[in-house]
Amino acid sequence: MKVVIMGCGRVGAQLAALLDSDGHEVTILDVDSTSFRRLPPTFSGVALLGDGTDQEALVKAGIEETSAFVAVTQGDNRNVMAAQIAKHIFNVPRVLCRIYDPLRRDLYEDLGLEAFSPTTIFAQLLRDKLVEAAS
Amino acid sequence: MYVIIVGGGKVGYYLCRTLLAEGHEVLIVEKNEAKCERLEEELGSICLRGDGCETATLAEAGTGRADMLIAATNEDEDNLVSCQLAKYKFKVRRTIALINNPENETVFKKLGIDVTVSSTNLVLEHIEQEVPTHHLMHLLKLEESGLEIVEVRIPGHSSVAGRRVRDLNLPQGAVLALVIRKDQRPMIPAPDTVLEAEDQVLAVTSHELEDALRLTLTGQRVERHGN
Repeated sequence: MKVVIMGCGRVGAQLAALLDSDGHEVTILDVDSTSFRRLPPTFSGVALLGDGTDQEALVKAGIEETSAFVAVTQGDNRNVMAAQIAKHIFNVPRVLCRIYDPLRRDLYEDLGLEAFSPTTIFAQLLRDKLVEAAS
Repeated sequence: MYVIIVGGGKVGYYLCRTLLAEGHEVLIVEKNEAKCERLEEELGSICLRGDGCETATLAEAGTGRADMLIAATNEDEDNLVSCQLAKYKFKVRRTIALINNPENETVFKKLGIDVTVSSTNLVLEHIEQEVPTHHLMHLLKLEESGLEIVEVRIPGHSSVAGRRVRDLNLPQGAVLALVIRKDQRPMIPAPDTVLEAEDQVLAVTSHELEDALRLTLTGQRVERHGN
C-alpha cells in the first residue's frame, strides 16, 4: 500500500518507520528538513521537504496514486486543511487526521473525516488504567 | 447586521471600522492580548480575546446569531477552520475567508466557504493594470456566473486594427461590451464598428476563453500567473 504522511514529528516518524518495515511504500512530508532526523537509518521510503496544505507539494509526494493519507503535524488546522484537500480534491481512498482539540475533532468527524483526538484517547486511557488499578 | 471578524490585524481593523461606520454590529475575535487592547482603545469594546478556531470562543461570541463571519487572519488554514466552524456548527449563512495562497481559492470553494478574497491576486491585478506592456487586464470577476470583465488594449501591430468587429474571429461566448477611444465618447461596439490601434476594449468572457480572446484581439499569447 502507498501511504503519504504529512508531518515528521515523533508520531509521523514512528508511523513511517512501522509502515516501512511492514513493506509499505511510504512518503513523508515536512516543512522542516531537520525533522527527518527522527526517521530510523533503515527507513527506505521517501522523505520530502514540502507543505502538505500545498497542492503542488502533495502532487510531488504522489497524492494522486496513494491509497492513504495521514495528517499528523502539530497544527490542528493544518491537519484539517490537508486532510480535506486529500479527501475532496484528490479523492484519496483513506484519509486519517489528528486533531488535538476534541470539539474540533467532533465537528470534522461529522463532516466525514476520520479524525482522532490524542487528548481524548489518552485521557480515556489514563482513566481506564486508574480505574483498573483501583478495582 | 451582526458581523464577526476573526483576526484583528490590518484587514480586520479597517473592515471593522468601515462596518461600524455603516451602523452594523461588529465583533473582532483576536488571540493576541496587546492587539485586543489596541483595538478596544481605538474602536471601543468590540474585541473578544480568544482563538476564532475554537468552538467555545465562537459560542461566546454569539456566532449562532451572526449574519456573517469573515475570517481575516494571515493563515489560510485558520481562516478555513473558522469559516467551516461557523458554517457547519453555528449555521452562519455567509462565510468569507481571506486567502493568501491564490491556489487555495478552489479548495475553499469546494469545502463550502461562500466567498474567498485572495489578497495576493488582488495585488497582482492592480500591478497588472499599471504595467503598460500587458494587453489584457482583469477588471472584475462576476462571482455568480463565473464570467469576468477584462480590458484589452489593441496594440498597434495587431492585425485587428482597422477591422470590423463582425470580421473578428471572436471565441464563442466572449462579448465585446465597450470601446473607449482617445478623445471620443465611449461606444458600444456594433458589428460594423471598426477597431483602431490603441482602442481600449472592455469584454465579458469566461476564464477559459480569456486566452483565446487575448490571442484574437492582440495576436499575443502571454504566460499567465495566479489562478
